[in-house]
Amino acid sequence: MSITPSIKRDFLENLAKNGKRADGRKFDEFRNIEIETGVISKAEGSARVKIGNTQVIAGIKMDIGEPYPDSPDSGVMTTAAELIPLASPDFEAGPPRENAIELARVVDRGIRESELIEVDKLCIEPGEKVWLVFIDIHIIDFDGNLFDAASIASLAALLTTNVPAERLELGENYPLPLKEPPVSCTSVKFNDVILIDPSLDEEEIAEARLTVATDKNGDIRAMQKGLNGSFTTDEVKKVIKASIDNGKKILEQLYKSVGK
Amino acid sequence: MEAEIKLLENGKRLDGRKPDELRNIKIEVGVLHRAEGSCYLEWGGNKVIAAVYGPREAVPRHTQNPLRAIVNARYNMAAFSVDDRKRPGPDRRSREISKVISEALENIILVEKYPRASIDVNIEVLDAEAGTRCAGLTAAGVALVDAGIPMKDIPVACAAGKIENQVVLDLGKEEDNYGSADLPVAISPRTGEILLLQMDGHLTFEEFEKALDLAIKGCHIISDIQKKAIMAKYQSNKEG
Amino acid sequence: MAQEKREIVIPSQLLGEIKNKKAGKGTFVENGKIYAEVLGVLNLNQNYINVIPLKGRYDPVEKDFVIGIVQEAMASSWLVDINAAYPALLHVNEVPWDVEFGETERYLNHGDSIMAKVLQVDQEKKLQITLKDRNLYKIKGGQIIAVEPSKVPRIIGKKGSMITLLKKYTKCRMFVGQNGRIWIDGDEDGVKKVIDTINLIEDEALSYGLTNRIEELLKKDAKDVH
Repeated sequence: MSITPSIKRDFLENLAKNGKRADGRKFDEFRNIEIETGVISKAEGSARVKIGNTQVIAGIKMDIGEPYPDSPDSGVMTTAAELIPLASPDFEAGPPRENAIELARVVDRGIRESELIEVDKLCIEPGEKVWLVFIDIHIIDFDGNLFDAASIASLAALLTTNVPAERLELGENYPLPLKEPPVSCTSVKFNDVILIDPSLDEEEIAEARLTVATDKNGDIRAMQKGLNGSFTTDEVKKVIKASIDNGKKILEQLYKSVGK
Repeated sequence: MEAEIKLLENGKRLDGRKPDELRNIKIEVGVLHRAEGSCYLEWGGNKVIAAVYGPREAVPRHTQNPLRAIVNARYNMAAFSVDDRKRPGPDRRSREISKVISEALENIILVEKYPRASIDVNIEVLDAEAGTRCAGLTAAGVALVDAGIPMKDIPVACAAGKIENQVVLDLGKEEDNYGSADLPVAISPRTGEILLLQMDGHLTFEEFEKALDLAIKGCHIISDIQKKAIMAKYQSNKEG
Repeated sequence: MAQEKREIVIPSQLLGEIKNKKAGKGTFVENGKIYAEVLGVLNLNQNYINVIPLKGRYDPVEKDFVIGIVQEAMASSWLVDINAAYPALLHVNEVPWDVEFGETERYLNHGDSIMAKVLQVDQEKKLQITLKDRNLYKIKGGQIIAVEPSKVPRIIGKKGSMITLLKKYTKCRMFVGQNGRIWIDGDEDGVKKVIDTINLIEDEALSYGLTNRIEELLKKDAKDVH
């Protein structure tokens, strides 16, 4: 297990008291984000995203299957995340633990609640056959803020996904029907200071974490608080505002990267 | 299933290659921030990434060997790396491949230098197109060098096979599916010793000799590519 | 003897024969031939062929000064991470305090940083460190960064020339552990400058004339600030 030396914590806390972060960013500033799509030829859609040194690859696979009994006319979407041992000396091989499961479910919620994928357009035979959309998130380098990297990678992959109708003999391929994407922004708190897009060091000393997914209108689509510290209601509102502001910028970058 | 596809026409394969020609290979060294050594490798349509952690104390303790380090290679295919989505998690095939790769690496790593430790090698296949275990082992070899692990040699792997009664080098996707033999081989290029050898299909003894010879030739070509990539990373414009 | 050219070698590279030279660090012998066993810099002297590793964890040497991070406090000892393949043991007999059995946590705990010395490396690579020395202590304040252990000689410089430069122009206190951990204390700008300069040294470790270039850079920045 990697140990964070306590003087590193003191160092970051002192910097924060003076309004500074170790890498020179402002409290409400993201690291450099890189988005590259179409990186996996076998996937129906894919993207590689880097936030600072954190690197995530998301791949979209589609297949035909049965709908859920309570929504016989809708396509099915599932999200899975793997914190593979490649990405950090602390990630162990084995079935996903709570961190990976929480990550997948939070990314999933953001996408599902914003109705990004028009699942009612993914029905082939009501009650019998629908399109299944699998979102698989592969963390390959961990340097803080997996939630946002995973979310942006999933969105970029979905925005460039083509339904593989040809391979399954259902006509020509066509772009996955999508609405407006939500963007997730994650902040952490330590010592009453709130920072957006935590680096690895900041994440290691964080007491509480808040992820907020917003849409292009600045409305909130999903939220998740993590870790065992707490937020005041004012702090929550501050985080939401910072998420809305950064969310708009990231959305622009996302659209540019997929050529819109 | 009858092979409707003609794999070989006028001495040329489906992708235009000659029988003894390798697919395109590209190697990048030191691509990950957290891993102590890493390598990204593209081989035809394959995309693999290998990362090394260690040597570090082996856990759990009962796995420790008091005389040497244990080598844990873990080969895994991403869910999106294949045509039909693969359920995440190791299946029996992945576990077998992990084992034969670990054994190949144990041969050339100087494990006696690190009693009670483990050297953990992670191989992720991001995009698959026949020959992933060879691509994985080749990438792992480079990642081990990048991590500063002491080794007798840099291991490299390549496969040969048979399509329509012709022995060929480096099977591509259709050739792997519709061909009649597959022979992945890993060697220690300095000595020519064989570290990994598997075969399935049908080969006469003469065909086997030809295939083995081809695969080993392929290994040597790829060994040069590994070495060039390592030198390119470390002997860049750092003089003067 | 000074090295004329910094040549990089890789595992399995043939370096010489035992009938001419002796096999030194970072090499192995097979059938009378000497080969490199690790990615590193070739280092030849009159009798030996050595390879100095470019990468990898710290390889502990007795009497080395290291910066350790305490992993665990046990009944009469502590386990300390010193960036080696194994954690090091610090026994209560090797600290300047009078520690009662089971009271170890009162003195050093998980996450504490210490300036220590490597006491012993035995056959099985079991490591012991000590805090019993005037110059050794529990670290308070400042910041710790990590570099490749192989770059430490460059950061210290010939006879300490590089580290002296850094301290002079940034007014920071610094300590460089042989295990690649570096402790820095000073004002914010000074610490940032030290870290930036160390990153530069890490990238350019193999170049010549580095010390002079770094001095120019540090001088220039010092002039600009006022």
